[in-house]
Amino acid sequence: MKIKVMETFAEAVADIADGASLMVFNWNMGRSTPRNLIRALHEQGTKDLTIISHNFAPARAGNHSFDETDICTALTLTGQAKKIITAWPGGLSQHGSKGPKKSSLLERIGSGTVEMELMSHGTLAQRMHAGGSGLGGFYTPVGVGTIVAEGKEKRTIDGKEYILEKPLRADFGFIRAFKADTRGNLIYRGSVRGGNPVIAMASDVTIAEVDEIVEVGELDPDAIVTPGIFIQRIVKIPAGSYGSASYMQARFRQALDASWD
Amino acid sequence: MKERLSEETIAMRVVKELNDGDYVNLGVGIPQNCSLYIPAGKEIYFHAEQGVIGYQRTLTREEWQEADLDYPDAGGRFIPSSAGMSVGDIVASFDMIIGGHLDCTVMGGLEVSENGDLANWTYGARESGGIGGSMDLAVGAKKVIIAMTHTTKKGEPKIVKKCKLPLTAKECVDLIVTDLALIEVTPHGLLLKEYAPGWSVEEIQGLTEPQLIVSPDLKEMAL
Repeated sequence: MKIKVMETFAEAVADIADGASLMVFNWNMGRSTPRNLIRALHEQGTKDLTIISHNFAPARAGNHSFDETDICTALTLTGQAKKIITAWPGGLSQHGSKGPKKSSLLERIGSGTVEMELMSHGTLAQRMHAGGSGLGGFYTPVGVGTIVAEGKEKRTIDGKEYILEKPLRADFGFIRAFKADTRGNLIYRGSVRGGNPVIAMASDVTIAEVDEIVEVGELDPDAIVTPGIFIQRIVKIPAGSYGSASYMQARFRQALDASWD
Repeated sequence: MKERLSEETIAMRVVKELNDGDYVNLGVGIPQNCSLYIPAGKEIYFHAEQGVIGYQRTLTREEWQEADLDYPDAGGRFIPSSAGMSVGDIVASFDMIIGGHLDCTVMGGLEVSENGDLANWTYGARESGGIGGSMDLAVGAKKVIIAMTHTTKKGEPKIVKKCKLPLTAKECVDLIVTDLALIEVTPHGLLLKEYAPGWSVEEIQGLTEPQLIVSPDLKEMAL
């Protein structure tokens, strides 16, 4: 199926309805997080979401935490969520230290307003991979003897203990990549590629936020990390605007020196 | 109040346990500073859990204004352009960890038990504490070093008979380096191998819950 190149982020998220499940990666300031897609869904106000993200920490510059309605991260959507699935809801010190407010997410989890399913980064990554690759489940040694093993099937294989983990999929996936071609093939930039490629596999409708859209043929087949088969929609960030590298760099530098005080 | 080792000294002592050419993951807190103390002639290749491996240092604070925001590590620091570094995705990264490819992980600790159980991800309250990569690293890394203070802020032992806090993993710790001692986890129990200058075995035992085995080669910690 051919991908849709969309003109606006609002258009790209318009059919996400209340109760949808969404996967999104988040890892601090760089090309890790699709901030425009997150902002568009936040502005749309879609609620009762289940959000699956490795990391719900706010973006930071030094000791400064950016408010999540300012620099969007997975945290931004938690006010619209009924459940989060994660490995890192954010350390206590990451929410609110030198930032404008205390962590509403951790309060909501504590009071039960938002349900949290917690697991390790590795298990979450491998559950997404199982979901994207059609597996029914897998046995992992991670979490044996800990709270994450509770209620799960256990098995001893060749003398070693494992837990059965199930695949994870989502209705929608928001990803951040560097360049897309018009067929949806993607390349990334940086150590922040993270969960973006596996989210592309594990989401029914994957929407990629990118800096550039090039003609098919311009991306080297050896360099493509996510083939367009996994992508349904792409949206380009207007040059220099919110979420672009130059925008993020300017915000980071501005906040950084004051933050060390 | 008798002086205990500084966080920097603990990190420096941990670095002596790393071998030339090791692939190592450093946790936040005391462990993260290990990368500052790698001596000339020893190459350590660092791994960050979101998907990057092969860098040898992170930027100093003074360098952060020029940081490439697309190259953070997992602890909020930044990675310079580094020969031999490669980027992968988070699945590949955890395949490396859980598949037993990393030589060493250095993490902080809240409790370590007599048989090497580790608790280091939460104080127990529902809304505090994320697991991150701690459980994966504890199970997967070939060597698990815990770098931590010997006691809590209230002076209670962190090396305990049995962990009371939620576990990260069972029987995973190989070495504990604290501000008082260096202790190896063995099948026979906890072996006290080194003490901080000025500290006696009795004093260290007094701040440790399980009975320590005193190594016949016991010596003062040296860098």
